[in-house]
Amino acid sequence: MPQFRVPSAIPGFGLTYGFVWLYLAIVILIPLGAVVLFASSLGPVKLYALLTRSDTFAALRLSFGLSLIAAAVNAVFGLIVAWVLTRYSFPGRRLLDAAVDLPFALPTAVAGIALTAIYAPNGWIGSLFAQGSVWASWFGPLKIAYTPLGIFVALVFIGLPFVVRTLQPVLSDLDKELEEASATLGAKRSVTLFKVVLPTVFPALLTGFALAFARAVGEYGSVIFIAGNIPGVSEIAPLLIITRLEQFDYAGATAIATAMLVLSFFILLLVNLTEAWSRKRLGHVR
Amino acid sequence: MSADAALALGPSSGLSEPVRLPSPVTESRLAQIALIAIAVAFLAFFLLLPLIAVFAEALRRGVNAYFASFTDPDTLSAIWLTVVVAAIAVPLNIVFGLAASWAIAKFDFKGKSFLLSLIDLPFSVSPVVAGMCYVLLFGAQGYFGHWLDSHNLQIIFAIPGLVLATIFVTFPFVARELIPLMQEQGTSEEEASLSLGAGGFRTFWSVTLPNVRWALLYGVLLCNARAMGEFGAVSVVSGHLRGLTNTIPLQVEILYNEYNFVAAFAVASVLASLGLVTLAIKSGLEWRYGDQISAAHRH
Repeated sequence: MPQFRVPSAIPGFGLTYGFVWLYLAIVILIPLGAVVLFASSLGPVKLYALLTRSDTFAALRLSFGLSLIAAAVNAVFGLIVAWVLTRYSFPGRRLLDAAVDLPFALPTAVAGIALTAIYAPNGWIGSLFAQGSVWASWFGPLKIAYTPLGIFVALVFIGLPFVVRTLQPVLSDLDKELEEASATLGAKRSVTLFKVVLPTVFPALLTGFALAFARAVGEYGSVIFIAGNIPGVSEIAPLLIITRLEQFDYAGATAIATAMLVLSFFILLLVNLTEAWSRKRLGHVR
Repeated sequence: MSADAALALGPSSGLSEPVRLPSPVTESRLAQIALIAIAVAFLAFFLLLPLIAVFAEALRRGVNAYFASFTDPDTLSAIWLTVVVAAIAVPLNIVFGLAASWAIAKFDFKGKSFLLSLIDLPFSVSPVVAGMCYVLLFGAQGYFGHWLDSHNLQIIFAIPGLVLATIFVTFPFVARELIPLMQEQGTSEEEASLSLGAGGFRTFWSVTLPNVRWALLYGVLLCNARAMGEFGAVSVVSGHLRGLTNTIPLQVEILYNEYNFVAAFAVASVLASLGLVTLAIKSGLEWRYGDQISAAHRH
């Protein structure tokens, strides 16, 4: 008979293992189970009807669309930041490295009101694009806060550390011999970077992208202040869940939550598969 | 470029002085400077500016207005409530983190990776959905709403709901710091201690715990900062009753929505300071005890 666990001289397995499952059950399994139960009691037809309501559909499209764009921007700039932090030495590098964690350290509501203050038409950056600015005289005024553009800014803010922190260990473990071999064989530095380094870190980049994306889809605090929350235009899915709950429309809220959970799950699954494929193709450990 | 010229000439070009060749595995100086400039600008623009804005806005009307913001009784009770919620949630999560890391790191059993991904689950669930779970369970029209009501118990719109929602979003922090480190350390020291006659608890207390103390502190700091700053999950279950169920982040929202910007940013600056102190201690721990905290740092 296959064993459940390898015998060990160390005591305390039953106690800790049991406690962990008890805690998980109370804190997340039963609560998430309630969502699944509620969603399944609605049935697929009702769920579909709830999700295709125009305001719900618009909110989901906005949340997922903007999160994708923000995660993509973070992947590009996160890669540059991670590269600079691991490969170069320059004054202030450690400070910059610590600053990457700011979105984790700053509570979301605090980040939200701060971003709104900066990007509002009278804010430090918002005023550079508002009516009467140099930008406005050339291209017309650009409103950042209280539009989807503002949501995008907030989502970039909260997503960046996921990309940087996922890439950093991979970049610092990177085998320099590969790059040296490439250089010896006559490749220019740019060719080495794009044909040797980038494919090697691609799985990690994808993981960082997915983490930033998943976080952005569910983000609430840093977005609602800057979003303006105009239904159908700048109303994100998590806010719509709260609105539904406040109206005691549990079915409506559950439908949105289910869509978010399922779509996030599939994206993470897709990323895991791509990662496994790329690992197999390139044959390296990470 | 001169560097390329030097490379083309090579060391045997007859120059009397040794030529410093550029490293073949790094970018040209110019590209480096450009990349550093992009990274610095991006971080300053997106990350540092909001932090500066919090303090600038809080002090906009001077120091007196800043401190006057903290005489509001609702704000004071929000601060007190936040401390109470964190004081319940964080110790519970420490116990969970220690138990989970002991079970996962010191034993081999089936379904370990499944358990690990369950522990990571809160990172991929929206805080709003986390809060919603408890409303579905304990809300007025939730599964247990009727029963709770008839027994005069309240979870949603009361402190128990705040604590539950906070635990949901913060419980992985301690466990995630401890598990990789304890896996790396293995079981030999514990086995030695046991074979010398120490009991299980004694072994944990005097062998395992000292080995992971910095990682534990690190995890507790992150857990506490998130617990005090959590907004989305708490917002759903709080009901926003002034002076009763408002934590600091919710008080910030109320003040902000009332256009009381100085007070909103002043209260926010307390949370920002907490975040900065956490970040400073965390960075200090990483530089000083990096090897004792282990490499896996993603959150």
